Amino acid sequence: MKDMAPDTGVLLSVRGLSKFYGPRIGCKDVSFDLYPGEVMGIVGESGSGKSTLLNCLAGHLPTDHGEVLFSGRDGGLRDTLQMSEPERRMLGRTDWAFVHQHARDGLRMNVSAGGNVGERQMAVGARHYGAIRDSAIDWLGRVEIAEDRIDDRPTAFSGGMQQRLQIARNLITGPRLVFMDEPTGGLDVSVQARLLDLLRGLVREMGLSAVIVTHDLAVVRLLADRLMVMKDGHVVETGLTDQVLDDPQHGYTQLLVSSVLQV
Amino acid sequence: MIELRNVSKEFVLHNQDSAVIPVMQGAELQVHPGECVALTGNSGAGKSTLMRMVYGNYLADDGAIVVDGVDLVQAEPRAILSLRRQSLGYVSQFLRVVPRVPTLEVVAEPLLRLRVERDAAIARAEELLMLLNLPQRLWSLSPITFSGGEQQRVNIARGFAHSYPALLLDEPTASLDPLNRAVVLSLIEAAKARGAAILGIFHDAEARAQVCDRSIDVSQFTPRAA
Repeated sequence: MKDMAPDTGVLLSVRGLSKFYGPRIGCKDVSFDLYPGEVMGIVGESGSGKSTLLNCLAGHLPTDHGEVLFSGRDGGLRDTLQMSEPERRMLGRTDWAFVHQHARDGLRMNVSAGGNVGERQMAVGARHYGAIRDSAIDWLGRVEIAEDRIDDRPTAFSGGMQQRLQIARNLITGPRLVFMDEPTGGLDVSVQARLLDLLRGLVREMGLSAVIVTHDLAVVRLLADRLMVMKDGHVVETGLTDQVLDDPQHGYTQLLVSSVLQV
Repeated sequence: MIELRNVSKEFVLHNQDSAVIPVMQGAELQVHPGECVALTGNSGAGKSTLMRMVYGNYLADDGAIVVDGVDLVQAEPRAILSLRRQSLGYVSQFLRVVPRVPTLEVVAEPLLRLRVERDAAIARAEELLMLLNLPQRLWSLSPITFSGGEQQRVNIARGFAHSYPALLLDEPTASLDPLNRAVVLSLIEAAKARGAAILGIFHDAEARAQVCDRSIDVSQFTPRAA
């Protein structure tokens, strides 16, 4: 049997990443490899360093030590932390995407829904208005936003719609790696379910790789292939998602898993 | 196809006075292609634990668990994921799905993940659901609200959608009526006929006698209390 999934080596390789806030540890000595099509979840309580880590990976926060090697379309690994600011911005508009917990951090609230989605296309060089609008409509449809809302501003959208719009804005340029910070946080459970379904479909169809930070173990069980558990800035456990959740080895993970309320 | 050598495991409960509970010691077994082997033993003997270790859902502390050439005790998560995608199927007792996803998609998903053409994957899912007598009007609904027996059949359809060379079955006939039980047994026979190696837990002794070539009593691997 041969693997049908495209498998071209590592996509993201993180080596010894550390970030300090003065004497305090943000995250310390984090290393992992992510392969194409893989979804990795990072869980931990508030203050565990998971968001710090995500923001360091995405280049939103300066890092003190370590490397974040990314495999470009030319196949070579490059340390994104050593890139110039314009290079990193370009990466953030093309191969990378970042879905914020609060949609308003990832959207332009005074620009129409269509404009929000079209803007990222223009940022990578699309100029034909009709084509941009068509593909915006296509993507709004994929995230289940009706075509007749294309000229409305996100301020007129519900929280769940804003989050779906943010996802469309991020994925329209066909990124290869998506960073997500609590993508379903603060949403109603019914809206969450819809978003999870959407994300899973997109990950599978587009062969996306993703790093998802969340404190919700049910979300990672459904979305992530692999799991990393953080506490006080350190990675305490890693493994297959279902293995870490069903047979946790570290005391902290055991505590996390056994503290989940049963529905 | 499935081989365990000297497998042991203990649970360490860090938050309960670091209690150490040994659950498995010196487990050995082999399942060859075309063979169905039953795990037997009393409740608590470790049948499910052993099966979960073979799937990589529980970690083994020692020994080797080799499925289709991959040692799950040593393998990277990525290798285990690939093994599960292609070679190792698992029909558990519980259905765990993303809310809102229609039954047909749930069943076709293992094939879609293998990049099987959508039409072919859906056709296979329909064929299995039809075979398992799941009413067609349920196919477009999420299985989350289904009855126990219906969920069980969705789980079985999903587990048999792809022709895995190695298959783990945890109580596949548990909550089924005689008609559907017979269908499941025939699916198992068919999988054996195409050369699948099957490891199963069957409380249903009659079903076990019908499809299993031999049994392994798991209690021989249960560590004796010190």
